Amino acid sequence: MKVRCHVATRKGLFTLERGDSNWSIKQASFLGDNCTLVLHDPRNGNLVAALNHGHFGIKLHRSRDGGITWNEITTPKYPEKPSDYVPKVNPMQGKPAEWSLKLVWSMAAGGGNEPGVLWCGTLPGGLFQSKDEGDSWELNRPLWDDPLREQWFGGGAEQPGIHSVCVDPRDSRHLTVGVSCGGVWTTRDGGANWQITAKGMRAEYMPPELQFEPNAQDPHMIVQCRSNPDVLWAQHHNGIFRSVDAASSWTEISNVKPAAFGFAVAVHPADPKTAWFVPATKDEKRYPLEGRVVVNRTKDGGETFETLSAGLPQIHAYDLVYRHALDIDDTGDCLMFGSTTGSLWASANGGNSWETLSSNLPPIYAVRFEKPN
Amino acid sequence: MPFFVFVIPLRFPMPTVRFTRNIQRHVACPTREAAGTTLREVLDCYFSSNEQARGYVLDDQGRLRGHMAVFIDGRQIDDRDSLSDAVGTEAVVDVVQALSGGRR
Repeated sequence: MKVRCHVATRKGLFTLERGDSNWSIKQASFLGDNCTLVLHDPRNGNLVAALNHGHFGIKLHRSRDGGITWNEITTPKYPEKPSDYVPKVNPMQGKPAEWSLKLVWSMAAGGGNEPGVLWCGTLPGGLFQSKDEGDSWELNRPLWDDPLREQWFGGGAEQPGIHSVCVDPRDSRHLTVGVSCGGVWTTRDGGANWQITAKGMRAEYMPPELQFEPNAQDPHMIVQCRSNPDVLWAQHHNGIFRSVDAASSWTEISNVKPAAFGFAVAVHPADPKTAWFVPATKDEKRYPLEGRVVVNRTKDGGETFETLSAGLPQIHAYDLVYRHALDIDDTGDCLMFGSTTGSLWASANGGNSWETLSSNLPPIYAVRFEKPN
Repeated sequence: MPFFVFVIPLRFPMPTVRFTRNIQRHVACPTREAAGTTLREVLDCYFSSNEQARGYVLDDQGRLRGHMAVFIDGRQIDDRDSLSDAVGTEAVVDVVQALSGGRR
């Protein structure tokens, strides 16, 4: 059986296939263009690629034939800013947040009972919904108009943004989104009402009395366990956090070696206690400790971690792994991750050992397996 | 004696809009005339029959994209947000890339 995985890079989108044995690149799309993200929709097989053309802005393209042909579709547009709207100056940045699309930062397919629904998180913080597979998009106003949204601030980028959208497989109206920086937000009614749900997260970079302020948290990436969606894992700016109550509260996982800093996280689809992370030295340096690329795995909900390195470079390797650049397939056995220096690794045994698929790709932004519905 | 009426078609001069070659691989933007007395009016006229191109030149708030530049008869425009710069009836509008956005 063929397994496919899509790799979004600074110079195009690459599709890999694994037949009976090895992985190989089968297809390259948008060569030379900055492909920042890709979504595979398990309900209909569609692919959606996000491109950042720099001069010409952000564009979305959709393929209905597995990436052989692509058509440009509508890009999310922020509605016209009301003339009487007076934006609040964000105290962290000394200026108001932008009101215009800067980046498509996350894409997620809606639930199985809502065909055509897609979600798109963006910089500067707008969440968009499409009900027609991306032909049109609408800004979710309840979240955008929440007064707390104006307090969001950029983490690593000038603007705040939504990088994680988790759709509860039991209930399509239950969404959990991660904001950098603005904590975790949850809706239980399809986006009509939102609550901030980052209780228990700790922001080391804030003054002591504000470190547990939910809206100041910087989760780098949030993932949800498919078989037990009440369990979510967050790779946060200064630590790893886990929730077992659908984000109502979060518990910090302490004493993570070699480092608790990183961007990417993956959770086993059938085992909520098993998760993977790619640690790096925090946070102004951002490279693998001692130049050794490793993956951290816990199988007991964060009580202990194994540091996995078999097959990964252990000398003078300075690969940083971005938040969307680690993924796990639907079996939970196969993982793949890519780095800012164009290295791509895969494991077929849950991370016990790794195979180098390429050391020469462009900087990698996102790795996404095709998964069955 | 037959009575003849000669109808002479009138052609009112209009501004001409030209686009950078680099945009053409994304969306065809042929050089053509577009009516208007301000840059906003001229570009609106052009994009009214080429809606896809609008998003390549203007952002979602209708402002000139950060790394695009527009010249009217060789003079760079002043108003990148409202696009209120005047455009003469026989002016040439050039829509080009700013080199500032070229770092990839």
